[in-house]
Amino acid sequence: MSEEILKLSTIQLDALKEIGNVGAGNSATALSQLINRKIDMTVPQIAIMPLGDVPDVVGGPDAMVAGVFLRVYGPAPSSILFLLPRDSAFTLVDMLMGRDQGYTTSLNSMDESALMEIGNILAGAYLNALSYFTKLTLLPSIPALAMDMAGAILSVILIQLGEMGDHALVIETEFTTENDGVKGHFFLIPDPGSLSTILAAIGVKE
Amino acid sequence: MSELIKVGMADYKTGRNPSSLISYGLGSCVGIALYDSINKIGGLAHIMLPDSTQARSAENPAKFANTALPLMLEEMLKMGAVKQRITAKIAGGAQMFTFANATDVMRVGERNAEAVRALLKKMDIRMLADDTGGNYGRTVELRLDTGIYRVRTIAQGEKEL
Repeated sequence: MSEEILKLSTIQLDALKEIGNVGAGNSATALSQLINRKIDMTVPQIAIMPLGDVPDVVGGPDAMVAGVFLRVYGPAPSSILFLLPRDSAFTLVDMLMGRDQGYTTSLNSMDESALMEIGNILAGAYLNALSYFTKLTLLPSIPALAMDMAGAILSVILIQLGEMGDHALVIETEFTTENDGVKGHFFLIPDPGSLSTILAAIGVKE
Repeated sequence: MSELIKVGMADYKTGRNPSSLISYGLGSCVGIALYDSINKIGGLAHIMLPDSTQARSAENPAKFANTALPLMLEEMLKMGAVKQRITAKIAGGAQMFTFANATDVMRVGERNAEAVRALLKKMDIRMLADDTGGNYGRTVELRLDTGIYRVRTIAQGEKEL
């Protein structure tokens, strides 16, 4: 059996992109309210790429990033990963904690909780959209945080995908704040098998 | 000139002195370095999973320990390395995220490291160093002039194996 994600039609990809769009829009709104800043977001990209290329999306496997990881439970199990370059994570924490910008240079446990909470809120907002379109009940796990090399953090989800194939379907959005240069990448990576559940639920299964 | 040969995820490369083999950002993956110290021929494999027979798709042999290692060894032997002299050093196999109820999926780093150790034993390759586990990422570099396996981390410093 060759990989199911390599056989997706244009209609199916468009449907996934639209869900990504609404989901990311929800997340951006939530983030914007949380930090009281205007947030720009890119149109979500849907990409099917070799597993080894995924870390390049966030600056290469040795780029230093903060990652908030959540599992999605329900009929379409997936993984959600919110990745921020290290400096963006520090700036975001400064905003949340009401500190002067540039103050944070390492994370204390309160800062870590704050970042995990952001991941939680973004994931919740995103899953709301996905649940709305699919009528599937999708629930996020509690978040986990790591601050490390992008390749190392991404390996957690890439390995899971690696059991099934050599490509990843990545639904990715970049968030940017207007002046402060906070950048974040939001990844939704459906477990193998979950994708066909989602496609069937939105009525674009072949 | 010494060349720096990059080894991507689910890939392996071989080389000889004075090159170096490097792989960036290993998390739960394991970086397996093989080295013949007389001919100064070496190989570095960045494997993602322990066993191709457990996987639904096994199209890329470099992804799995049990298929990548024999292929890399064969390539080194073709280059002139001698099996009896080849030794191994391994690093990686971390658990990047900690959850209260870690499932098997989350423990993949540990499983990878265990499988690599068992495989090296089975292939009768002596393991000289083992820097696996923990909850942090590693960048590994195998220097083919000395056989030194350098492991770089962000919070845990750097060490030479």
